[in-house]
Amino acid sequence: MNRSFLARNPSVLIFLAVLGLFTLAVTFASEGLGMGLISTSFVKTLGKTLTLALIAVAMDLVWGYAGILSLGHFAFFGLGGYMIGMWLMYERTRQIVVESMANAAIPPTDQEIVDAIGTQIFGVVGSSDFPAIWAFADSLAIQLILVVAVPGVLALVFGWLAFRSRVTGVYLSILTQAMTLALSLYLFQNDSGLRGNNGLSGLQNIPHLDQVPQSVLSVWFFWASALALALGYVFAAWVVSGKFGSVIRGIRDNEARVRFLGYSVEGYKLFLFTVTAMIAGIAGALYYPQAGIVNPAEIAPIASIYLAVWVAIGGRGRLYGAVIGAVFVSLVSTWFTGGQAPDVNLGFYTISWVDWWTILLGLSFVAVTLFAPKGISGIFDIWTGRRSPQRHGADLGPDPGSLREKEAEE
Amino acid sequence: MLKRIFLTVLAAVLLASQAKAQDALGPMQTILQANAEIIVKSSRKTIQPAIDAVAGSGLPQAQSVLEAWQAKDMWRRKADGLFFRAEKADGGYRLIDFDSGEVVGVAEKGDLKQIKPNSGIRALIGTALVTFQLNDPDRVKREEALTSLERDANAALLEPLRASIEAEPDPDLKARKLRLERLLTISYDPDEATRIAAIEDMAGDLGVDVRAALNPLVATKLRVFEGTPPADVNVARLLKPGSDALPREEAYALLSDAGLAPPRVTPEAVRAALAEHIEGGTVAGVAVTALSDPAKRVEAYRALADRGLVPPYLAEDEISAALSAYSFAEVYAEPSPAVTDAAEAALARINTKVGLNQALDLGLDALSLGSIYFLAAIGLAITFGVMGVINMAHGEFIMMGAYTGYVVQQLIPNHTASIAVAIPLAFLVTFSAGVVLERLVIRHLYNRPLETLLATFGISIALQQLFKNIFGTQARPLTSPDWLGGAWVLNDVVSISYIRIAIFVLALLFLGLFLFIMKRTRLGLETRAVTQNPGMAAAMGINPGRVNMLTFGLGSGIAGIAGVAIGLFAKVTSELGADYIVQSFMTVVVGGVGNIWGTLLGAGLIGSLQKGIEWLNPSNTLAAQTYMIIFIIIFIQFRPRGIIALKGRAAGD
Amino acid sequence: MKSINTVLAGTVALAAMTGAASAADCPIKVGVLHSLSGTMAISETTLKDTMLMLVDEQNKKGGLLGCDLEAVVVDPASDWPLFAEKARELLTVHNVDVIFGNWTSVSRKSVLPVIEELNGLLFYPVQYEGEESSKNVFYTGAAPNQQAIPAVDYYLEELGVEKFALLGTDYVYPRTTNNILESYLKMKGIPEEDIFVNYTPFGHSDWSKIVSDVVALAADGKKVGVVSTINGDANIGFYKELAAQGISADDIPVVAFSVGEEELSGLDTSNLVGHLAAWNYFMSADTPENAEFIAKWHEFIGDDTRVTNDPMEAHYIGFNMWVNAATEAGTTDVDAVREHMWGQEFPNLTGGTDVMGVNHHLSKPVLIGEILADGQFDIISQTDPVPGDAWTDYLPESAVLISDWKNLGCGMYNTETKTCVQIKSNY
Repeated sequence: MNRSFLARNPSVLIFLAVLGLFTLAVTFASEGLGMGLISTSFVKTLGKTLTLALIAVAMDLVWGYAGILSLGHFAFFGLGGYMIGMWLMYERTRQIVVESMANAAIPPTDQEIVDAIGTQIFGVVGSSDFPAIWAFADSLAIQLILVVAVPGVLALVFGWLAFRSRVTGVYLSILTQAMTLALSLYLFQNDSGLRGNNGLSGLQNIPHLDQVPQSVLSVWFFWASALALALGYVFAAWVVSGKFGSVIRGIRDNEARVRFLGYSVEGYKLFLFTVTAMIAGIAGALYYPQAGIVNPAEIAPIASIYLAVWVAIGGRGRLYGAVIGAVFVSLVSTWFTGGQAPDVNLGFYTISWVDWWTILLGLSFVAVTLFAPKGISGIFDIWTGRRSPQRHGADLGPDPGSLREKEAEE
Repeated sequence: MLKRIFLTVLAAVLLASQAKAQDALGPMQTILQANAEIIVKSSRKTIQPAIDAVAGSGLPQAQSVLEAWQAKDMWRRKADGLFFRAEKADGGYRLIDFDSGEVVGVAEKGDLKQIKPNSGIRALIGTALVTFQLNDPDRVKREEALTSLERDANAALLEPLRASIEAEPDPDLKARKLRLERLLTISYDPDEATRIAAIEDMAGDLGVDVRAALNPLVATKLRVFEGTPPADVNVARLLKPGSDALPREEAYALLSDAGLAPPRVTPEAVRAALAEHIEGGTVAGVAVTALSDPAKRVEAYRALADRGLVPPYLAEDEISAALSAYSFAEVYAEPSPAVTDAAEAALARINTKVGLNQALDLGLDALSLGSIYFLAAIGLAITFGVMGVINMAHGEFIMMGAYTGYVVQQLIPNHTASIAVAIPLAFLVTFSAGVVLERLVIRHLYNRPLETLLATFGISIALQQLFKNIFGTQARPLTSPDWLGGAWVLNDVVSISYIRIAIFVLALLFLGLFLFIMKRTRLGLETRAVTQNPGMAAAMGINPGRVNMLTFGLGSGIAGIAGVAIGLFAKVTSELGADYIVQSFMTVVVGGVGNIWGTLLGAGLIGSLQKGIEWLNPSNTLAAQTYMIIFIIIFIQFRPRGIIALKGRAAGD
Repeated sequence: MKSINTVLAGTVALAAMTGAASAADCPIKVGVLHSLSGTMAISETTLKDTMLMLVDEQNKKGGLLGCDLEAVVVDPASDWPLFAEKARELLTVHNVDVIFGNWTSVSRKSVLPVIEELNGLLFYPVQYEGEESSKNVFYTGAAPNQQAIPAVDYYLEELGVEKFALLGTDYVYPRTTNNILESYLKMKGIPEEDIFVNYTPFGHSDWSKIVSDVVALAADGKKVGVVSTINGDANIGFYKELAAQGISADDIPVVAFSVGEEELSGLDTSNLVGHLAAWNYFMSADTPENAEFIAKWHEFIGDDTRVTNDPMEAHYIGFNMWVNAATEAGTTDVDAVREHMWGQEFPNLTGGTDVMGVNHHLSKPVLIGEILADGQFDIISQTDPVPGDAWTDYLPESAVLISDWKNLGCGMYNTETKTCVQIKSNY
């Protein structure tokens, strides 16, 4: 137990090294700062993929380690995007408004500036007044705090309600899905004050950075995403490596026993649920300025289910598995839906991947659950020679998909 | 007699040939030609003289001309601008002269221009036709006349209507005529006492038409009077400025609009005035740069006003003084207080009744929505509630049922027959799909509920996309048979469409079927045994695999039938199932897992809740869905096992 | 001698330059940015096919500027952020000269910053809510004053409607359009309490209560008309409920802005005869140009039952205007083409001529059609061409704004303060 954290988790170092090399490679190949081998739009795609990997790590913490299948983490992701988006829109519009009003004969009052910003932002949805939730939109610092605070508080309240009444398993999944649905329906309404279906757009134009071209900006965001992923990964590895990690795995494998041992199961779960929601919020805040637009469709329940799909395909219960799953599935998905995949001509029917990719994804998901519960990173087990313990009476142990503790074989 | 007919025909033929030869037009054609410009222009605003000319011509053919015109059967020959009634015939259109009623030839479509009166003009023509049609021997035409009267009547038609009542042979039409007579009396009779009597006659009636006749009588207008309103004005109520009904700003705006007081100086006006009076970087002594402060702006403006350069800035006390000099009142357009009083009283009675009936209607809607949710959830109540299998592809089974209905309807055009075939076929299709799913996937995942959830979710997205690939993303039509087409109308407030009633009945049937299978059949007994303890059940000689397969198939099959019903009432798209899946799970969870009565209660609760929220916030249906889900989340906090909880099972097991 | 040398050298250089230019520019690439999968696929796939047909047609006529045209099709999959990504890909990876695409406003708003940043050129073919004029976008669909306002005028004047029910799906187009309409109706003397507004979610199916509410509006004796901005699938349930409650178009007419031939093909229209739609084009338009267009479409798609619709006509006009403008400019350079687009004329399919204004909106006629039992529309009213208005005159904040890229070089010019509010768009 005296060995250092990194020594106990060699995979963290390997991961950080791979991530660092990848970041350097992309930087040198980029259009903005390097040789221009990779287009700006692909740098953005890679940057977005890294933030998706970050939320996948959060999902793995909460599902792979604690056994809570949350179908709501993409809602937290979206909320993070909304929070930063509010400042981006407000500040950008304020610049435009102040500039155009500077020419007026009479200098504008503060109220007039705010009204004009309101007209610009909400004119498109047929309104002009600022809703109350935009109260802090003028302050970057507060909005940055809200990026973690809003998902955190929502997760805290929801988690407290759910865990307190001992809702677990699939019921919790369905409940989190309902929460996501309610949130996306709420945001779809124009009355919610976040521009309804249109959402917040033009987020890739960062205020005060007008002179920086998108090709450079995209690399900056790529770095920020890589840094966030690295920090998030180390944090997650640290959380699961100590006693805390043992307890949450215990909760996953048998909640009642852990409770009988005197641990506050609800407390542990609530902490993990809230912290991962905050990580999801940060990931979202980095994702949407690269995507350019955040709207309620992003939050729809299907997105959170895809998140679970990534983690499951990558391999639950190990952090690099989540990263591999997210990166692999989202990049392959981009490749297939982007129309780059060649159509397969069967003679009587041409398989166009744009149409058939989703079916392939759905079925591969079934296949992974049935035949390869460890996902892609199960390959590493073959390589390192790790084997699951042979247990008769399968329902005594954890899900076959979960990576079990070493001690089980010792 | 024969001779006379012969002579008329001869005369007509002669006339027609003359018309051709000498361009001497028939009397009706002359009228039409005189109004040709406005007829061709075909605008409701200008058409009235043409209709009046035709209707008031006194010619026997006036009615047929108007009828042809209304039915878009009037055409104009481009060559000479003459109007004809045209019928489709080989090689074009057969032209029939309005005056003689004879076929004058066949013309190609390209040589003709159809006169297309819009719906507004058709209504005007209909009103003009009323006097002709009220006593027409043809029942259909009399009915048309009454419909026109209901839509658009005027004072002149009251007498003809009254005169036609006596001779009306058809009892239904007579009743309608009597009712219309009462309504027209309320609106148009010159005698006050007669009107009040009519108002009192109709006072208990719920019809929209009655309210439509009464409401204009009590319509009011906000007016300003210097001092108190004069005695000859029929005042509904006096308003005090500053009250909720009339805020100060509005009251003052009313005054300034009427030119009774100087207009208020708005902030925009202040800014514009200031901008006009900039002198060397200052406005009235205030530096321009300081004018970003609203208080400074007012200060500068007052300074300008003192110099007489701009209108004075009004202080609050000046506004109060101006307001107190006037009184504000809502005034009836109808001058007679007796009539307005009677109408108000009648409306008050009607509105109470309408309120009660609206509550009933809302209740029916809630019941209907509840039954739809129940229908969508009942299959789930079997697979999830009884077997404990989370089947996220349940929605897609509903969708498969709906598409089965669509395909059957493509093959069997008769709607009744196709539905009769579609329902068992949908059951078969989804039953087999369910069995296949159970055998291939779910069987391997019992005791691993989270993975069942994810695997079936994979199936769900694959199926959705598969159906998109086959049928396209556009909604497909699934049309209900005619006998399910209309609505059951209790009165003008309470009505419910037959298709919803059918869904309700279907839901009840399924409830019965479910109870029968679970309580009275061997399969039900075995299912309950296997669910409670598969090992023990197997020891008793039950094959758990077979029972699970059949039960799952049954749940899926019922989902398929639900799909046909839902498709009939809404639409068939590949996302149809996804729209219901979360609600269905909610229904089962809220009701209490494993208990069909719970599911029933859950569906009823969710349905009425959603309708209730919609009623509170009628302009935003989306909000209703949001709040309903939040309510469910909170509800589960207090009853985590649902409304009807099975003993010994927590929501987490 | 020296001057001759210079001239000669110049000529040689010029020849070399043009040769190089045309070699580098051939083929001219036309980006097609329409969703081929996801919820919008059904509407947008048709437009993709229309573009392929138009490009094909142009190549048969000998291409453009001596080059063949090549359509570059990408699939943004009805995913709004993906629209921005794909637009960047089209402009930077494929180097297209023009993009034809998008269907919804939110997708356009997503693409706008990219197009403006990279100085691309987009033709947007669908009716939209206005309140926008980008230097890099030409709007060939209808602005509210080319669809909504004339339809309401028709209600007021021709049908004598006194009370309005504005029903819409809850998103930006219905919200803004209804806002403009409310303001317009109040100007026309319709009091606020006679305007009923309701928003429903996408794909709404439970219409019973809303339709009952509309029927109940008639209780004060005024003629009720419904203005529907209900989108997509939700229309099916709505029209089914109308039919079930037996509401005839003569009692309560419904005019729809999002229901065209394509949408009606999913419905049994026998109960809907007489209800209305307002567009700038109907398939039933009786002109030789339209007959030719329909014939070509049927031939291209290989299916005689396929309908044509308004956005298809918009692409037809937009594409031909772009071809003519590029021919006049002698290049496909965006800035040069833009200048030749202003005032560009092209005959439309309903027997008139459309003109591109300096505010990047088309001037085109407004048609009102009554639904027929065969799913087509009977055109009962056709106006003279109406110039599209980027900033509506019926909202106080927008009434003072105009767009004039030619003379003012500004898409959002405040006529009161005489300043350009902004050159780039507000997304």
